[in-house]
Amino acid sequence: MSENRAPIISAEPRLPCGTAALAGVSAVSLRAKLRRLMPLHEEMRALTLAVPLLALLIVSFGVPIIALLSRAVYDPSIVNALPRTAEALQHLSAADPPGDDVFAALEADLKQDQAKGSIFEFAKSLNSRLSGARSQVLKTARLLAGGAAFSKSELVAAVPFWGEKETWSTIRGGAHGFTSFYLLSALDLRWGADGLTSVPAGEAVFLRVFARTFMVAALVTLATLALGFPLAYLISNLPPTLANLVLVLVLLPFWTSILVRTAAWTVLLQKFGLLNDALIALGIATERLELMYSRLGLVIAMTHIQLPFTLLPIYSVMRSIPPSQLRAAHSLGARPLTAFRRVYLPQALPGVMAGCLLTFILCLGYYITPALIGGASDQLISNFIANYVNVDLNWEMAAALSFMLLTFTLLLYAAFARFLGLDRFKLV
Amino acid sequence: MARSSAAEGPAGENLSSIPSALPANLVEFIEVEKTYAGHVIAVRRLDLVVRRGEFLTFLGPSGSGKTTTLNMLAGFERPTRGTIMLEGRSVDRLPPYERNIGMVFQNYALFPHMSVAENVAFPLSVRKVEKRDMSARVRRALEMVRLEAFSERRPAQLSGGQQQRVALARALVYQPSLVLMDEPLGALDKKLREHMQIELKQLHDQLGITVVYVTHDQSEALTMSDRVAVFESGALAQIGEPDALYKEPANAFVANFIGENNTLEGTIEQASKSSCVVRLRDNSRVKATPIGVMVPGDPTKLTIRPEQIRLAEPGSDEDTCLEGTVEGRIYLGDHQRLLLRLANGQELTVKIGADAGFQPGMPLRLAWSTADCRAFPASP
Amino acid sequence: MRCLKITVSAVLTATILCLGAGKAAPAADELTIMATGGAWQAAQRQAWFEPFAKKTGVKVNEQEYLGDLGKIKAMVETGNVPVDLVTVETATVLQGCDAGILQRLDYAKIADRTKFLPGTALDCGVGLDVYGDVLAYDTTVLKDPPTSVLDIFDTKRFPGKRGMRKFPAQNLEWALMADGVPTADIYKVLATPAGVDRAFKKLDTIKKDVVWWDAGAQPPQLLASHEVVMTTAWNGRIQNAVEQDNKPFAIVWKDQIVEYDMISIPKGTKNSDLAYKYLAYISEPEVAAQLGRFIPYGPVRSDATSFVPKDVLPKLPTAPDHMKSYLVGDVEFWGDQGEELVKRFNAWLAQ
Repeated sequence: MSENRAPIISAEPRLPCGTAALAGVSAVSLRAKLRRLMPLHEEMRALTLAVPLLALLIVSFGVPIIALLSRAVYDPSIVNALPRTAEALQHLSAADPPGDDVFAALEADLKQDQAKGSIFEFAKSLNSRLSGARSQVLKTARLLAGGAAFSKSELVAAVPFWGEKETWSTIRGGAHGFTSFYLLSALDLRWGADGLTSVPAGEAVFLRVFARTFMVAALVTLATLALGFPLAYLISNLPPTLANLVLVLVLLPFWTSILVRTAAWTVLLQKFGLLNDALIALGIATERLELMYSRLGLVIAMTHIQLPFTLLPIYSVMRSIPPSQLRAAHSLGARPLTAFRRVYLPQALPGVMAGCLLTFILCLGYYITPALIGGASDQLISNFIANYVNVDLNWEMAAALSFMLLTFTLLLYAAFARFLGLDRFKLV
Repeated sequence: MARSSAAEGPAGENLSSIPSALPANLVEFIEVEKTYAGHVIAVRRLDLVVRRGEFLTFLGPSGSGKTTTLNMLAGFERPTRGTIMLEGRSVDRLPPYERNIGMVFQNYALFPHMSVAENVAFPLSVRKVEKRDMSARVRRALEMVRLEAFSERRPAQLSGGQQQRVALARALVYQPSLVLMDEPLGALDKKLREHMQIELKQLHDQLGITVVYVTHDQSEALTMSDRVAVFESGALAQIGEPDALYKEPANAFVANFIGENNTLEGTIEQASKSSCVVRLRDNSRVKATPIGVMVPGDPTKLTIRPEQIRLAEPGSDEDTCLEGTVEGRIYLGDHQRLLLRLANGQELTVKIGADAGFQPGMPLRLAWSTADCRAFPASP
Repeated sequence: MRCLKITVSAVLTATILCLGAGKAAPAADELTIMATGGAWQAAQRQAWFEPFAKKTGVKVNEQEYLGDLGKIKAMVETGNVPVDLVTVETATVLQGCDAGILQRLDYAKIADRTKFLPGTALDCGVGLDVYGDVLAYDTTVLKDPPTSVLDIFDTKRFPGKRGMRKFPAQNLEWALMADGVPTADIYKVLATPAGVDRAFKKLDTIKKDVVWWDAGAQPPQLLASHEVVMTTAWNGRIQNAVEQDNKPFAIVWKDQIVEYDMISIPKGTKNSDLAYKYLAYISEPEVAAQLGRFIPYGPVRSDATSFVPKDVLPKLPTAPDHMKSYLVGDVEFWGDQGEELVKRFNAWLAQ
């Protein structure tokens, strides 16, 4: 500092001595900043105040999610149904074919399951890992219920299913309860007889659906940005009363449920709906467009629903930029475009980032709108998750897909945070 | 009045590249008027000249039109009527970014996403100044405001006074001939504000720039300015050097706005060019110097500054003598202020030496010289 | 909002799972029945719920769902089953039976099992009615009417979008029928991988022209909004739209697939006895025939047909005129192959 040379400066109120270290503030972590501002006991007190909320979050959000996600890697149905077989398989290396002892254990297990009535559940759960297993298991159980004992070769002769390598690698995969089957399936991969392979092209779905989900989310994000940025700029420059009115108009759809909004869009978008009527009447289109059950319709409806999410953070940041900023830039000689690019845009950017990230992440979870407005090839990953939960009763697969979606989302967020810096996001 | 003295007239003709031949009037407002929504008048028929090199202050209460006038000069707003001439050229069609005027805003308007050095470099970089030249000029500008050690910081890491000096450096770095300042010290505390006033004035003297400064603080205006333009309800009430405004206010508004004044209401009884007799409410008579033309029977407002009132010697023959009673007393060390009530019920403040002791209820005789008491026409 | 990272339904069911909150079970003289809503549930209400309540003094509560087993599974797994009876589709009965979420029924408490049509008295479900998967169209749009359900594959004669159910059952059968497989061999062919490929290949030819529907109420809407020129549908939904909303729709019966609706008792219900009482009630031949008065679905007991009103008979899928060319859905086949085919179908849809 320069007390000697500049008495005027010394008269000024001084920041605390630690200030000099703050010069490179972006390099200093938020934690260190907090520590400086808030002594340890203060921090503890803040933490204590947050305990009820944390507890609520953990109980109502954390635990269910973990419970659900754990199903993706833990599925004890095979080991529960075949405890003896699982035990016998422990002594074998993966390469060895199962011997007579394993088959004896299998027969004992299946007989018991048949007697308990749990054979159907086992057949179903094996079937979800190995197509066609259900009828084979039930057939074997009926066979064994007759009371006769089968040797290994006799059983394989009667039900060739038990002689196949695939069958035993599947059972072995579930013998511990812990399994990578569902997570791999979520990536269109599986452990076959010869190691990790892609599933046949006819069955590969999820990578494509994930890519589609991210694609649609990106399109909607860009569309909301293109619409929301100019609108936010407009509103932030209106006189307060008018700005509030326009803001209410923007937020109006916010107050109706997403289902109602989606249903409204089906009325607008359908072949003989308002939008097509208008396009024909205005002579813009000569033929009625297929907007329902199409990617275009889906993106239009999602853009409408997401617009406030993108717009609000941008607007809130824009409103905090004083008009004198642009005036200052102009007075300093910057032409309107330069002033906008170098002064306004960098300051609005945190809002743009936050709005886009919010919309993008929310879009990844869209479910109702694609189901009602999208066509068969516009279904997003959440529709598949819902289908596995509600229709197929394969909650393990649903959990695995949820896990992958959550992972992709977190990775994306981490990448954003890493390359752009978290302090660049500004929600309020 | 010191209004529009030297080098009046069309200034544009002589404009040349030789500095000595520059016209003395940097800016001229010619019949400038600004209305909003067709009828709300912000500035009415303004004729005003800014002389090259002077420190001119626009002084007035809020809503008096001073900021609007400044904004029109900066180019942020366009006059509804009239013309503004800068360097002898009309700037009516010139956008702000082509006027080459420096401006310092009330809240500094520093760019928060740029470092101090980047802020100061901004006007140079939009002018495409070469890089090496640019950093040298930025350094010189920051040295000028004694902030060279802070060049890598962000504005948010500086104190208010430091930010203000960055804003100043940024407005001066491209050497504009004219610098506008819109209440630049308004956000600072009193002590800091007084320091900055001196610093600003020093910079002005040092650099020889022309400054137009807007404030509602009369002491700030009197301290710093070469000339002060007082605005009232969108009109220019008076323009002149600080002591002229203080000693010879042209109207009751200026008399009351600049410095402290006592106001008494009365009616003209006799009037000549140099003096008049005014009858106060209780029929007592005082002599005053008339400002403007008044005839007997006109209502008038008398103003007399507290320090120009003295206690009358018993039996002395004074121009004006009034009886009053002490109602209150404030002791201020080097002087004291007395609140008096006149026989007619009006209040009067008097500023006198600290030695004499007064008690509330004490009767006093007051006197002043005719030259110090000014009678203005009272608007009906 | 429904758009969280994980679908709300997944989180909700998980929350129910973990918290297992205890909603009070309905009192003993109340019976809660969950059906799939729409005209179908309204007809059940008039034909069965209300008369049953009147006769026994039991209060009948209604709930609606989409026919998805996930909802029942969540109830059963939390041990809190507020529903005593659920209407389900045939394929779903087998799936729920295997998954252990539906009770295996004791027919001694219901009716003589031999009096039911084959395939309508299952281990975990009793047949409610016979309905037809048919083709429907708007007579004001199609002047040249289709004559067979299989015309849905004829995009030359009938250009435009067509509605089909987003489910492999029926669609795969029709695809094979349209590809020339005789009705008797449909399930034999479909049981082979080559047969499945063949069915999907046939579906490929119209894939881009199809609008897929999920709920039974959608086909009449799709027709009414002119979103499709024709759609597969359940005959009762179309008939109701014609009779109650005066829609100009027509039904094509040729090559219909005959199916059964089922009713089941979820595992863990507290009102098992009352539920059996209801099942026994609606299985009485005269009562079973009443449904036809409100929606044109036929009874599943052959001895009930004589109680069906005469004006209703010609509207039923089982009317002689409608049974000239038809296929009976194979419940066992779908129970066995359903999961794989659904998986394959969904993968096919997504591609």
